[in-house]
Amino acid sequence: MTTEVENKVMKTIVFQLLDKEYAIEVDVVQSIEKLLLMTITRIPGVPSYVKGVINLRGMVTPIVDLRNRFDLPEMEYNDNTRIIIVNLENFDVGLIVDDANDVIDIPANALESQPEVVGSVESEFVAGVAKIEKRLLVMLNLDNVLRPIRNVNADEN
Amino acid sequence: MDTNQYLEMFLEESKEHLQACNEQLLELEKNPDDLAIVNEIFRAAHTLKGMSATMGYEDIANLTHKMENVLDAIRNAKIRVTSEILDVVFESSDALEEMVIDIEQGGSGKKDVEKLVTMLNQIEAGKSPLEAVHEKMEEVQTADDSEGLVYDDFEQTVVSQSIEQGFHAFELKVILRDDCLLKAARVFMVFEILEKAGEIIKTYPTVERLENEEFDNQFTVVIVTKEDADELQAKVQKVSELEKAEIRPVQFQSAAIETAATTEAAITPPVSETAKQPAKKEPAKTENGAAKRSTNAHSANKTIRVNIDRLDVLMNLFEELVIDRGRLQSIAAELQNAELNETTERMTRISGDLQNIILNMRMVPVETVFNRFPKMVRQLARDLDKKINLEIIGAETELDRTVIDEIGDPLVHLIRNALDHGVESPAERIAAGKPEEGTVTLRAYHSGNHVFIELEDDGAGVNRARVLKKAIERDIVTEEIAETLTDKQVAELILSSGFSTAEKLTDVSGRGVGLDVVKSTIESLGGHISIESKEGQGSLFQVQLPLTLSIISVMLVQMQKEIFAVPLSSIIETAIIQNADILNAHNQRVIDFRGKIVPLVDLREIFDTGLPEEPEELKSVVIVRKGENLAALVVDSFIGQQEIVLKSLGNYLQSVFALSGATILGNGQVALIVDCNALIK
Repeated sequence: MTTEVENKVMKTIVFQLLDKEYAIEVDVVQSIEKLLLMTITRIPGVPSYVKGVINLRGMVTPIVDLRNRFDLPEMEYNDNTRIIIVNLENFDVGLIVDDANDVIDIPANALESQPEVVGSVESEFVAGVAKIEKRLLVMLNLDNVLRPIRNVNADEN
Repeated sequence: MDTNQYLEMFLEESKEHLQACNEQLLELEKNPDDLAIVNEIFRAAHTLKGMSATMGYEDIANLTHKMENVLDAIRNAKIRVTSEILDVVFESSDALEEMVIDIEQGGSGKKDVEKLVTMLNQIEAGKSPLEAVHEKMEEVQTADDSEGLVYDDFEQTVVSQSIEQGFHAFELKVILRDDCLLKAARVFMVFEILEKAGEIIKTYPTVERLENEEFDNQFTVVIVTKEDADELQAKVQKVSELEKAEIRPVQFQSAAIETAATTEAAITPPVSETAKQPAKKEPAKTENGAAKRSTNAHSANKTIRVNIDRLDVLMNLFEELVIDRGRLQSIAAELQNAELNETTERMTRISGDLQNIILNMRMVPVETVFNRFPKMVRQLARDLDKKINLEIIGAETELDRTVIDEIGDPLVHLIRNALDHGVESPAERIAAGKPEEGTVTLRAYHSGNHVFIELEDDGAGVNRARVLKKAIERDIVTEEIAETLTDKQVAELILSSGFSTAEKLTDVSGRGVGLDVVKSTIESLGGHISIESKEGQGSLFQVQLPLTLSIISVMLVQMQKEIFAVPLSSIIETAIIQNADILNAHNQRVIDFRGKIVPLVDLREIFDTGLPEEPEELKSVVIVRKGENLAALVVDSFIGQQEIVLKSLGNYLQSVFALSGATILGNGQVALIVDCNALIK
């Protein structure tokens, strides 16, 4: 039975990168797509973690590989690889993740704001860590992960 | 008659005809003796009259009818075109526009047009329209009140066509008893009987007035029916409290000869003969022809309105379809099934056509915004007592609907400004050695991924000293900075927000009223405005707008496996060059292109596609330009020319070097658009 002790609950989408589980709020997620069904068009002259753009139902949507973004070892995309389309204030971006298949409620008090150990991931990307039963979920700070890309070359011109 | 279903069409077409009227009237003002123009206006007014009468908008029909009479008199050289007359006609068309707009907004389209009608009547009678205002207008009343009904051409057409098809057309005059209590109820009963018997095409007085009991004790109904006269009369007379019902076949009295026709009406031939009489049939026939001609003219610009959101949805759905089409194609290629291949090919072709249609639906010529300006300029020039000639260039330039909707107001602002502060009064112009008439040019054109709209005048230009004085007064610039500003920068000061807060700026010979609003509107559209001005010679306002979602022509080129799009507007030509043609100058590879040294830009290097292993003997190049400067882009191969939808890369990827956006190709893949401007220094 549900315990109504904690009323502040955050609904999150949980995804896999390497051996860790990450979470983002469900509100910002627009959809989850199978990567193998998408054709990515490379964009020259942008950071390597921006894999390119896809045609998402008529919208040209940039794609960021989170493994690259977090400096994790690359992996060949497979049938489980997903693109999570997130909807931020000014733009839509697709995030490439190893797998995404869970929706978890995180009580607000379960979130620790100062992560002690977050592995190789830059701490500015992390909003907090939550321990739900035996799982450790890393809440991402999407604003920092997805800072808009401005090209220096273009500014010079 | 339930006319709701035709309302949209009526509104759309009325506006078209009014627009045509306005345009032609402006023409007529320039060439007052050109009767062909009068004919054009007459035709537009005539159609409008017929339409509004059918829809039951009596005021519109009435006013257009009078307008038509005046035009007819001009056409027959009874009266001469003067600006006084044109003023009244313009005013009438304004009134018509107001009524149409009223209907569009759910109103009844009613408006007091008596004064205008009187003035038009006066003009027709050869008097000055201004006298008319004071005179009472009895003539008008009597014209409509006569014993014979006046049929307009539309009604005549209906009647003569029905007769050809074996119907009878009758005028049924119903006289109620003086003691009749519920007159409207009797009317209703009569109508009910008649509607069963045939089709009512006209009543006098109007249905509305009948329903409101706004009539004495008689009314006339015109009906087209298969029943014969006696039968119908007998049926109607069964209604109680009826004095009598007189019935007679319809007789035409054309509007032009309405007074003379009373005598003729006395000799009423039976209906069947009317139809056969060649003399009577002739006018009906020509009217028929005219009606057909005008319907043909319509069909060219028949329109329906679609919400832009729906088009967006349609477009996105379609693009998904295209992706699946691509998949189907690859499956068909694998399976090698002849029937499947054939079907897929057909589907590909059809959906290709479909795509073009959808894309083009969103594009609207900028004309729809521009065409309201000639009249506005005419009016403003009169108000300001200036002589101004407005030239419009590039009205056919197409823009995305969303942009079109937004640019109207800023342009109105700019034009007002140019007329008010830019162009000098005729006296000043003559003193300055300029022609008396000022010229204002409105220009639209595509360039690259932008649309440019320019407004140029040959007026006084921005007065540097005065603008600076104002700007310093208003703390927009400091005096030290003011010294260093270029003329262009000074001119653009008038766009700054503090500048326009002055309630009155007419003492400044420059410009400045509310232009900051224009600037912010244009910038909110992602556009840009700049001013070039030469004191004493005039100013040029240039508005640059992005084609946010727009179709442009591109050349698709291939590098390795990647496809890029180069806007056709930047391309001068494509060429195949030999390695031997490549020269070296200051570490920059160049080619000699028609006597000009053009730097070679290898797109494969710039876009980092991985260079080909062996240098090829022949190279494909695209010669592009930015202003006067050229560059030759080296690519692997050309795919071909194509119309594409421009899509932005979004806010995440802000300003990517040498790319101006993306597009979705027929196979659902994204291709990037090369920004040639960034490649040329």
